[in-house]
Amino acid sequence: MITVRNVSHRYDKQVVLNEVGLTLPVGELTSIVGANGAGKSTLLSVVSRLIKPESGTVFIDDLDVQTAGDDAISRRLAVLRQDNRISARLTVVDLVRFGRFPYSKGRLTPEDHRLVDEALDYLDLQPFRDRFLDQLSGGQRQRAYIAMILAQDTDYILLDEPLNNLDMKHSSSMMTLLRRAADELGKTIVLVLHDINFASCYSDHIVAMRDGEVIVQGTPTQIMRRDVLREVFDMDIHVQDLNGVRLGIFWTTGAPVGPGPLAAEAGDTTRDEDGARRVAEPASITIR
Amino acid sequence: MRPVHLWIGVAVLAVGGYLSLGIGAASSVGVADLFPPTAQDWHLLATSRIPRLMAILLAGASLSVAGLIMQRITANRFVSPSTSGTVEAAVLGILIATMFFNSTSLTIKMLIAIGTAILGTMIFLQMLQRIQHREGIVVALVGLMYGGVLAAITTFVAYQRDMVQFLDIWTTGSFSGILEGRYEPLYTVLVVGVIGYLFADRFTVIGMGESFATNLGLNYQRILYVGLIVVSVMAAVVVVVVGAIPFLGLIVPNVVTLLMGDNVKKVLPVSALAGAAFVLACDVVGRVVIHPYELPVATIAGAIGGVVFIWLILRSAKGAAV
Repeated sequence: MITVRNVSHRYDKQVVLNEVGLTLPVGELTSIVGANGAGKSTLLSVVSRLIKPESGTVFIDDLDVQTAGDDAISRRLAVLRQDNRISARLTVVDLVRFGRFPYSKGRLTPEDHRLVDEALDYLDLQPFRDRFLDQLSGGQRQRAYIAMILAQDTDYILLDEPLNNLDMKHSSSMMTLLRRAADELGKTIVLVLHDINFASCYSDHIVAMRDGEVIVQGTPTQIMRRDVLREVFDMDIHVQDLNGVRLGIFWTTGAPVGPGPLAAEAGDTTRDEDGARRVAEPASITIR
Repeated sequence: MRPVHLWIGVAVLAVGGYLSLGIGAASSVGVADLFPPTAQDWHLLATSRIPRLMAILLAGASLSVAGLIMQRITANRFVSPSTSGTVEAAVLGILIATMFFNSTSLTIKMLIAIGTAILGTMIFLQMLQRIQHREGIVVALVGLMYGGVLAAITTFVAYQRDMVQFLDIWTTGSFSGILEGRYEPLYTVLVVGVIGYLFADRFTVIGMGESFATNLGLNYQRILYVGLIVVSVMAAVVVVVVGAIPFLGLIVPNVVTLLMGDNVKKVLPVSALAGAAFVLACDVVGRVVIHPYELPVATIAGAIGGVVFIWLILRSAKGAAV
């Protein structure tokens, strides 16, 4: 269990965390959402002891993250920050092997190698294993970092915007993978996410922050409501229920409310506003 | 590392080592006289040419490894003992040792030079932490200017004490003064080199950045300081015994990591080998071009190194992955 007690922090005079208290249960996937500057990343950094807060404590199970020592924490909790550019030219497999460093201190056992291979498999990185990081696309590199974190094989995994640089396909497979890690391996996963719909579809628990405070938390059903989201993001977000999954429609400010039909496919019949029946044109573009 | 690079390195070392033993001002012992040497030849070899060869190999290997470690722990390819004030601080230390302790003992000079080198490099690292874009060439400029300031202070002090020409011995590295009994402290670098190798993975990890290092359970600052001490000791010892060899610690590790990547454990032995081979080649060339006189190794290495340095800068300015 992650227990955050009365954590406050300032950058210069700007308060970024104000008396935050929070407990996150084991084995769940929690997403932290909120606008830019709400304090999400700072909270994640404090929980993972990358930032020492001005006041307050954080416990991972029975370990105080500030005093337990980096080495002990590194076998319990793995964290990946958002600004994770590595300038070193390392190969993918070397990077992932460093995920085993807290255990192996550089001398890898067969068990370490097995876990490294598993992490590479998980993230589809076997074809790139001997490539240098600077020869990868942004998305492949992001997956390599995540593979390193998985190889670290900790009970707690904290990721700041893990979908950064990932295309739609890899974003959804990353979330599926994290969901599986929580369900099958009992990992406790905490993510900072920008896209509330990913948070809604994959989380057990959503923590919403605003101005350095946790203003509301709950299940996706409890959080994904127009009135709640307005408080969190200070904007109107229409929420649609699609077969039990709640999606926030934030791409347009108009109000496409109501259980509208799915978009027409070629050959479907629809009715125009004046009631005239109309057959949707076959797609006029060619898909190769 | 493809074996071909390794074999090239070994071949350069073998041929260079042989030439190094066979070439010198004393014409009585030439390249052809080594198989087998007479008792008289052997005396020359043991007192002068073998110590010289050992000094070349140790100095080349350790400056190259020092540069490699420094580039990794600062995550900047343009940092090296000669572009961060380390060497200049060591020279200042030697001057202080000579002035205040009036000492001719190599050990005293070495200890003080190590102390000033550590201090000088520490100041550089402090400056580095205040620079926003730590990866770029700006860092090298800051380092070179900082080294220039230290060198100016040294020259000023030496000028007051009428010791300017005496500084040349250390600012211009040369192996011509190496004799049996005058170079043995150089073997210290072997011990420090082993320590560096044991910390190789940790250096790689802190080179990934502070949050990666903390995540993997390492105390970033502590490892940074271990690296700082390893590098400063290596550089200071070489400066005391041989003198400064410019650019070596910059260009050799850069070329090696360009080919093999930045995993310190993998590239450290190769960097050592390549550094030794490079200095050996420079020294042999320096002894041949104006035979029976010789050019100091620093001149040859500086000429080659400067060109390679410019190439590296242009390469990074073009936006290649540095």
